[in-house]
Amino acid sequence: MTQHVLSLLVEDKPGILTRVAALFARRGYNIQSLAVGTTEVEGVSRMTVVVSLDGQPLEQVTKQLNKLVNVLKIVELENDNAVARDHMLVKVRTDASTRSQVLEAVTLFRARVIDVVSDSVVIEVTGDSAKCQAFIKVLEPFGIKELVQSGAIAISRGSKSMSEKVLR
Amino acid sequence: MATETLTGAQGIIRSLEMLGIDTVFGLPGGAILPTYDPLMDSQKIRHILVRHEQGAGHAAEGYAAASGKLGVCIATSGPGATNLVTPIMDAMMDSVPLMAITGQVNSHAIGTDAFQEADIVGITMPITKHSFLVTKAEDIPGVVAAAYELATTGRPGPVLVDVAKDAQNAKFEFSWPPKIDLPGYKPVTDPHGKQVQAAAEMILASEKPILYVGGGVIRAGAHKELLKLAELIGAPLTTTLMARGAFPDSHPQHLGMPGMHGTVPAVTGLQKADLLITLGARFDDRVTGDIKSFAKGAKVIHVDIDPAEIGKVRHADVPIVGDAKVVIGMLYDELKKQLGNKKPDYSAWWDFINGLLEKYPLGYNDLDDGKLAPQYVIERIGELSGPEAIFTAGVGQHQMWAAQFISYERPNSWLNSGGAGTMGYAVPAAMGAKVAQPERLVWAIDGDGCFQMTNQELATCAINNIPIKVAIINNSSLGMVRQWQTLFYNERYSNTDLHTGTDTVMIPDFVKMADSYGCLGIRVEKPEDVDAAIKLAMETNDRPVVVDFIVGRDAMVWPMVPAGVSNDAVQYARDAAPIWDGDE
Repeated sequence: MTQHVLSLLVEDKPGILTRVAALFARRGYNIQSLAVGTTEVEGVSRMTVVVSLDGQPLEQVTKQLNKLVNVLKIVELENDNAVARDHMLVKVRTDASTRSQVLEAVTLFRARVIDVVSDSVVIEVTGDSAKCQAFIKVLEPFGIKELVQSGAIAISRGSKSMSEKVLR
Repeated sequence: MATETLTGAQGIIRSLEMLGIDTVFGLPGGAILPTYDPLMDSQKIRHILVRHEQGAGHAAEGYAAASGKLGVCIATSGPGATNLVTPIMDAMMDSVPLMAITGQVNSHAIGTDAFQEADIVGITMPITKHSFLVTKAEDIPGVVAAAYELATTGRPGPVLVDVAKDAQNAKFEFSWPPKIDLPGYKPVTDPHGKQVQAAAEMILASEKPILYVGGGVIRAGAHKELLKLAELIGAPLTTTLMARGAFPDSHPQHLGMPGMHGTVPAVTGLQKADLLITLGARFDDRVTGDIKSFAKGAKVIHVDIDPAEIGKVRHADVPIVGDAKVVIGMLYDELKKQLGNKKPDYSAWWDFINGLLEKYPLGYNDLDDGKLAPQYVIERIGELSGPEAIFTAGVGQHQMWAAQFISYERPNSWLNSGGAGTMGYAVPAAMGAKVAQPERLVWAIDGDGCFQMTNQELATCAINNIPIKVAIINNSSLGMVRQWQTLFYNERYSNTDLHTGTDTVMIPDFVKMADSYGCLGIRVEKPEDVDAAIKLAMETNDRPVVVDFIVGRDAMVWPMVPAGVSNDAVQYARDAAPIWDGDE
């Protein structure tokens, strides 16, 4: 299994998410995560797809995606020239005896507490997926009541913009 | 720009007229009713009312495949639209330019499970090149024009336009041409010059090249260029099921069809070649057999307009993305330049190939039970009809025999359901082909199983004066399935007997059926009556003709490579595999 981060610029048209997701399903590719949102250009959305491939060449995936009429551009973002971040919200059980340890972990991971009640806290953390996984490990002993995580979003380093050439 | 106030429905019809559409096949219903009203007044568009929407879809495909133009079909929402699913998928697999227009329920009712509501855009997403849902009248001209552009350019394919009923009824300002907004669609037609040069060098360096020609050559209209290229280098050539007619069968370089039921020279030529010059073909599993052992010693030049086809199944040593007509033309020029006055010497290769041609010609035996041989019937239809005729086929034994035993001399003369393998394609496709090319003789060569799936379109043909000829190769069974049961299931004939032949109840009686549909029905059971029936069918043009050829059910399609097996194991006839000398 190899993992790749693909960034897709797509027309913001109804059904585009289905088209992309269904293509992965139909061709037998595994989506690890998929995040979608608007961009600096009106009418253009950006998807970050983390795909894990079992023997299939990545080139086939990008070629098939390129055949979708609403897909404008695809780039693979590689580790050494891009940054990727996950966003995670986690509700952890706390009481008077454990709260300070949880807060210490929050500080260490540069996370933030965004809601506190007597028996739990909600923490938000941002980072690459390794950091998020490590943070979960630290919190597990206290009791994780609920966890929600975005897919990775990624952007290239340097001054170049992915939308520069595409958008006329 | 001058505008005119139209309803969305009028906008659909006007847009089709502006695009030069002269024929549409369809059947009205609630959600498409508004569009059928202005359709009645159109002086430019002939609407042919089918008896089942599947017939409309295949007729539009037949129209497109015979003429090279866009085929258009229309249906209503819900079941009308879902009845188009099979022809849409068929058009996707065989790259047929097709526009399917469907009515949709009112936009405010979408998602409420309204009467005859189906998410046809969602249903057809994986089987269309693209699809549109239109909910505003003002979007109609742009969408119809975009659908035309998408369906007919690049790798052709089906495009669905689903139009909500309120968008058909609403008024808007029509103007033409509309802006086509397809920023993500940029088909590559012109190849990379360096790649063409590399391909030419590879061809001249090879000792055992073979031209592996697919349906893309026909879609691109590249047959003339292909003939020039093939004659320049003098290499052997094979045309796939989708490419029959792209190169004359009578040409000495032509080895016939490759694949599961290909000729021994074509199958073996591919297996033993050192270079596959692949033009508009896609290494379909029915051609390659077990892919790991397919043409193991060969390098591959792969020309295709769809970049995703290159490297999908087989690695390409020289990939060339482009339109086959352009690429083959450039390849010819480049080879001519590199060759000067010389000609490549493939004589040792031809010695081997000629041995195969001599030893393993395509043929068939008469049947032990004395029944009519289906291959003979098909061969005679081909010979009496001549090279300008159009032949359509369903799927199965009759299709393979029609691909094998009719000599195709020109493109757009052999129409069939290759990738999808759709039973029921032949009759409606023949209808569409006859409408597109009324001056040409059109035969539907069909099986008794396939024929029963779409024969209601005989009514459409009779009423609309579309005099097609149907040859039912009636072996009273689902013949190809039966053949597999004979070979691989111990002659246990589970559910393949259709009781349409002699010595059975003959339900239905195809001659009576033809009669009731206003067609001429003829039954043939003896070889000596074959020619007279074919001639009578060809002379009868005041109504469609159905010839019920009662043939022996034990005839099998040979040669054959069983599914998933290496092409090295091609069998010339039952239990008769070619014997190879040494490791040649």
